[in-house]
Amino acid sequence: MEQGGFLLLWMGQGRINIMYDICIIGAGVTGCAIARELSRYEADICVLERCEDVCCGTSKANSAIIHAGFDAQEGSLMARLNVEGSRRMDRLAQELDFPFRRNGSLVVCLHEEERPALQALYERGVRNGVEGLRILSREEALEKEPNLQSTVTGALYAPTGGIVCPFLMTVALAENACMNGVKFRFDTKVLALEKADGFYRLETDRGILESRYVVNAAGVYADVFHNMVSRHPIHITPRKGEYFLLDRRAGGHVSHTVFMLPGSMGKGVLVSPTVHGNLIIGPTAVDTDDKEGTNTTRTGMDILAVQAGLTVRDIPFRQVITSFSGLRAHEDSHDFIIGEPGDAEGFVDAAGIESPGLTSAPAIGSMVAELLQKRMDLQEKRGFTAWRKGILHPLDLPEKERSALIRENPAYGSIVCRCESVTEGEILDAIHRPVGARSLDGIKRRTRAGMGRCQSGFCAPRIMELLQRELSMSLEEITKSGGSSRIVTGRFKESTEENAGDSGKENTEKRTEEKTLERFEKKRREGEA
Amino acid sequence: MTIEAYTIVVIGGGPAGLAAAIAARKAGIRDILILERDRELGGILNQCIHNGFGLHTFKEELTGPEYAGRFVAQAGELEIACELNTMVMEISRERVVTAMNREKGMFRIRAGAVILAMGCRERARGALNIPGYRPAGIFSAGTAQRLVNMEGYLPGRKAVILGSGDIGLIMARRMALEGAEVKAVAELMPYCGGLKRNIVQCLEDYGIPLKLCHTVVDIQGRERLEGVTLAQVDDKGKPIPGTEETYPCDTLLLSVGLIPENELSLDMGVELDEATSGPVVDESLETNIPGVFACGNVLHVHDLVDYVSEEAGRAGTNAAGFVKGRPGKDGRQQIPLIAGQGVRYTVPQRICVERMEPHLKVRFRVGAVVRDSYVSVYLNEKCIMHRKKTVMAPGEMEEVVLSRSVLETDPDLKSIAIKIEKE
Repeated sequence: MEQGGFLLLWMGQGRINIMYDICIIGAGVTGCAIARELSRYEADICVLERCEDVCCGTSKANSAIIHAGFDAQEGSLMARLNVEGSRRMDRLAQELDFPFRRNGSLVVCLHEEERPALQALYERGVRNGVEGLRILSREEALEKEPNLQSTVTGALYAPTGGIVCPFLMTVALAENACMNGVKFRFDTKVLALEKADGFYRLETDRGILESRYVVNAAGVYADVFHNMVSRHPIHITPRKGEYFLLDRRAGGHVSHTVFMLPGSMGKGVLVSPTVHGNLIIGPTAVDTDDKEGTNTTRTGMDILAVQAGLTVRDIPFRQVITSFSGLRAHEDSHDFIIGEPGDAEGFVDAAGIESPGLTSAPAIGSMVAELLQKRMDLQEKRGFTAWRKGILHPLDLPEKERSALIRENPAYGSIVCRCESVTEGEILDAIHRPVGARSLDGIKRRTRAGMGRCQSGFCAPRIMELLQRELSMSLEEITKSGGSSRIVTGRFKESTEENAGDSGKENTEKRTEEKTLERFEKKRREGEA
Repeated sequence: MTIEAYTIVVIGGGPAGLAAAIAARKAGIRDILILERDRELGGILNQCIHNGFGLHTFKEELTGPEYAGRFVAQAGELEIACELNTMVMEISRERVVTAMNREKGMFRIRAGAVILAMGCRERARGALNIPGYRPAGIFSAGTAQRLVNMEGYLPGRKAVILGSGDIGLIMARRMALEGAEVKAVAELMPYCGGLKRNIVQCLEDYGIPLKLCHTVVDIQGRERLEGVTLAQVDDKGKPIPGTEETYPCDTLLLSVGLIPENELSLDMGVELDEATSGPVVDESLETNIPGVFACGNVLHVHDLVDYVSEEAGRAGTNAAGFVKGRPGKDGRQQIPLIAGQGVRYTVPQRICVERMEPHLKVRFRVGAVVRDSYVSVYLNEKCIMHRKKTVMAPGEMEEVVLSRSVLETDPDLKSIAIKIEKE
């Protein structure tokens, strides 16, 4: 992993001549899947990510579902890649050691008059090539899922539906890509993209890069990059989805992923167990024009409570441990856009990747990699390894082995996160492995430390200590999720007094304050209008 | 795996665990083991560097670490064993404790009696469904307290505090003392959640406004917190549109309730009380599982550590009684203690009259602020106590003392109820 060091290197020399074969913009699940598939070939590949870690956008805030593939319009790229991605998930999860389980999904029909829609969904699924689909009677549905609303009249059962950990899947893809030679540059925002003679110039906030080929896996920003190089614009609308996550104690409330019948804005609110044993409820679907608008709203939460209750009864909403919101990259055509636009040779889109994007990621990765392999005549890499081992969680081991492990490495005997029983050994591993964690959220996504019911109240100071020690950072430098998300503002009193004389800083603070007020005023005016 | 045996195993080495172990030792139990997950004994007291502890127990005003220090020293003198940095993974109904630490790996302890003293944790933002962004700068008050008092760092320079629990109030003062600007303390309820003395000493003395019937309705800032919006709420706790007020700040502290940490208890089948989120216990502080006792904040959240020590002492003495063969509860009638009108909960929740001490202290909390009201105790339908109190608030624990001799007068005793009555 390279981090910023390269910047100094160029700055001194004035002229930049780092030339990659392929630059991938975006280290979400799509970008990482593409990187991993491309790492099978001999090429100099770099993933550029504006955030401090992989999996910081849409990939970290979604339903964590592997869709069976009956939703997408037949004949669409979405339908094909969904079914293919789902089929490949078992093997991929095995190779890359991330949690995945086929728990089966149910689309619940609540009114007899919706029957034709359920039947249509079944038929579309069959035509899309989804295996094992079956329409269940009311009794069969209730037997499979006793907490369905008693008003259920039937359900579409898809045994291939599954659940996955989107964080660990993305991290696994990235680590494996990195092991196979792909470079990752974090905190690097691409500002401009320009076609030069046989290559692209990428202007970033950390200097200029050059690359023969560019892959656009920029999620909700994919239209921005596409439109920089092509005269045939695409348009992505961020579609906000809010979620509730419930305590593990509620995780057994349903065992399948329970969907309502899909509507015009998507698949509706689902209720599902997660691979880690929590219960997830969501998403809402509200179009926004703010590509950063990942805030939750009172309205959204109210909608979730009502909608989830339509299909599943007695949901213990008191056990909500967190709520969050993600943005799906909805392209106007409502299909994935994968390939070179006619007028931008060497630029490959992986755009409009909304649901079922997580499911499709392995297939998207292969599709883009094959395209570039042909295009660039890439040779297979000797020594490519398809295998990667995840972070060892001692609690998954039998007691004897766990004791032996602790004897060998006592850090595995020391629990740091009490709610999720995460040991110091796991956190050290998360920091030191390829594409390692550098922030509290980075640790959280890799180990689940801080993901539990106390939401990091206990373990945050302890993890900060470990980051400080292992990465030789000062405590003030440690962030929640990179950028300016620092946890502490300094050592107390004396540092405050120092800053009191620093009028520049005061002014900045004042400006931020004014800006916040301004933004609020604007919002309020909009609300009134 | 190694299996050790101890007469009494105490889960948690905070104020409750320490006092329980000391009392059990004084009751003649030689081998007692405290299992503590942190690196030192004393629990949360170690980060409570303010004073005000021990007024009841020691008749003097101590800081948290001083108060804990006295118990730690005593436990040391009494040669009570403890394992630090040790996480209890599981407790079986047969009282076999499975634990883990760096030195021993996984190990088991067979216990004659178990005392649950795991304390509580703070309710997090997620449980409140506060809308908005999720930037850095949102802390539970206890986490912020740890950062300031133990690590020596300031979590922010301009703070809003949601919730008027005692830790929130104390942190308001602490942040102010360290040079941060505390803009307001917002409380959803129409009354303060903390002790009266803390409102005066931590807010009023520092000119920090307490905004009752207010809550956070929006959180701004994508990386670090930039501001929070407070709004007034109606009598159902719903925000009133048009009352929103935005406070630019970089820190939001949450002091919105404590939750007893009963994951171990639940896993072993201990019955919990919905009102306290702690185990249902009888007059000896024994749970539904024989030989398993509970005390301190894992049983119910206390206001004062002095009460924790006193309660835990009783749990320790009773656990000692249990292993020495005091009559068990099998076959004996348990009289339910009912939290009647105006009372949110009582501890204990059941009483076995035959086994009780001559005098039993029952602790309870009221559901809302009440003035000029009476605390009444009913045996079946008969009122045996009717005592006037000028003011009672949910933030201050109340108590009544029941006498065994009085309970024994009614051979048909079916229930005991505590009620709050206007007249």
